[in-house]
Amino acid sequence: MDTMNYMTARKLAKKKDTSLNIPVSVGILGNYTTHFFKDHIRNLLILSGYNPEIHEGAYDQTDIELLDPDSGIYKAKSEIIIILESALKIADKSYAMSTEAKATLADHFLEVIERRIQLINTHNPVAKIMMFTFELYDDNGFGNYFSKTDQSLLRQFYLLNSGLMELTAKYTGFFVLDIQKILFRNNPYRDASLLLSSDLPYTLETQFDMAKTATSFIGAMKGKLKKCLILDLDNTLWGGIIGDDGPENIQIGDLGIGKAYTRLQQWIKSLKERGIILAVCSKNDEQIAKEAFLKNHNMLLQLEDIAVFVANWNNKADNITHIQEVLNIGFDSMVFLDDNPAEREIVRQRHPNITVPELPADPAFYLPFLQQLDLFDIASYSEKDKDRTRQYQEEAERRSLQIKYSSIDDYLESLTMKGDISAFNSQDIPRIAQLTQRSNQYNLRTIRYTEQEITAIANSPGYITYTVKLSDKFGDYGLISVLVLKLVSPEEAFIDTWIMSCRVLKRGVEDFVLENISKDLKRLKIRYLSGEYIPTAKNKMVAELLLKVGLTPVEKGIFKGEIKDFVIQKHFIQ
Amino acid sequence: MSEIIEKLNQVFKDVFEDESISISPETVAADIDTWDSLNHIYLVVEIENEFNVKFETSEVAQWKNVGDIIESLNSRLPS
Repeated sequence: MDTMNYMTARKLAKKKDTSLNIPVSVGILGNYTTHFFKDHIRNLLILSGYNPEIHEGAYDQTDIELLDPDSGIYKAKSEIIIILESALKIADKSYAMSTEAKATLADHFLEVIERRIQLINTHNPVAKIMMFTFELYDDNGFGNYFSKTDQSLLRQFYLLNSGLMELTAKYTGFFVLDIQKILFRNNPYRDASLLLSSDLPYTLETQFDMAKTATSFIGAMKGKLKKCLILDLDNTLWGGIIGDDGPENIQIGDLGIGKAYTRLQQWIKSLKERGIILAVCSKNDEQIAKEAFLKNHNMLLQLEDIAVFVANWNNKADNITHIQEVLNIGFDSMVFLDDNPAEREIVRQRHPNITVPELPADPAFYLPFLQQLDLFDIASYSEKDKDRTRQYQEEAERRSLQIKYSSIDDYLESLTMKGDISAFNSQDIPRIAQLTQRSNQYNLRTIRYTEQEITAIANSPGYITYTVKLSDKFGDYGLISVLVLKLVSPEEAFIDTWIMSCRVLKRGVEDFVLENISKDLKRLKIRYLSGEYIPTAKNKMVAELLLKVGLTPVEKGIFKGEIKDFVIQKHFIQ
Repeated sequence: MSEIIEKLNQVFKDVFEDESISISPETVAADIDTWDSLNHIYLVVEIENEFNVKFETSEVAQWKNVGDIIESLNSRLPS
């Protein structure tokens, strides 16, 4: 997808059958000609596996559309509303303004934007709102004195952008995408002729890149995330061959090309700290490969940063299958980095869903190349993400213990698991929203929620909510399961959401949950529990879940049963 | 001349997504169903990309038929 242009995208999208794609509805508003952005994002969404329904607002009518509760943009019930604002348009308007108005231009437009967010939140509370930052457009009115002059347009655009940051902090459903990096990589990004004749502030290619950025962010919101980075070692993480050169002589550190690898490692380490799982897949003797980490003091990445370390002489495609099994995440959430084109090809052929970037030949370009791919987009972040590597390492230890016990029950008992089940509380909101966005496998209905929606559910009397935290003698899993029950009648609750992290499969968490829920529901005099299984490409593992817990199918995908008929298995969670 | 029109015809087929298009200097927008003002922008940009030329704003505004486009191209391409 990296090198595809908009004409190819259009052709490919036209050929694609979208009937089985995931539906997504997008509204587009803007103060310039949005038609091309609309074409581009529709085609890109189709090619990313979505079936988009797009509502395009009338030309430069954003505020009118948003003020009218009956307008098309609200009728379309878009999940995502993208507002495109050209800095040039604002510049045009500014020339007709009084000196005072020019000096407070940013404040004025920030008020306009905030009102739009509030209007959308009122008339379509589920919509997520996306904007790009403002191009730092300089009409050179004040030259390099701009920073000291309130009337300078450039100063006002800087202020506008910093105001946007504050708005994203204030409104959780409001997101801002960065325009500057898109403009840098598409220079020349403007065609003065198209601007004049068609009111297009950016070339069609640039708008295609904007649409790519927005598509990738929508993907992240809807759970399409990269979770794991698999790394080759020799000539990828350092220069040279560890087996030939020895740990002291590989290139890493402050000298020459070593700097390129150091910078790459800094970036990888920051991804790890943000929750990306790191794995190593290298053709090496394991002991020799690890020497680089243990004996070269310039190495930034440490062995404890790596969740799964595989170094042997087997085929890399097989080794990656092993890594995937240990981590239990989808191939499409993995990225594989290797300097060797032949290895990349082998992995691509066997695992077409893994992202394998075509690394440039010169290591100096590794990092800038990888950064501009926007591979690791996220739509939420929680402090808990940092612990993930430790959790996967603990999982590897548990696996080795499992072999020692003859029965599963003995093994589970030996883990001395402790469970904590409670209603949603405010500190957990980000993690809960994130689980709804990321979990694909153990997820009954795959409904994605934002933090603001989770807060609303937590505060509503119409819902009963549960979070489950689990720990055992090896460590703390944190918050691993979320349930939302919706009261559909005084005596019936419907399972709106049931999600569990796959790291705790087969630990009896379901039975622990059911035991607690049935107590609660009995106390509340609720007799029936109903639920629905909405199949996706990834959630087959829960197809039988509702049946197993004792509900009976009443129509396609819908199950219902009495609380007293629950089937609860023995579990070992205290 | 015929080489230009052949290459141009391919751009028309791609932009208007119609393999049956066969243009002549007399072809006008009304002859092609999907030739509206928005697709016209794709057309101009794609011709510029394909022939590696840049038209002037007022020149594009004055085009009345394919013949005018060819004339614009001829004035820029080495003969």
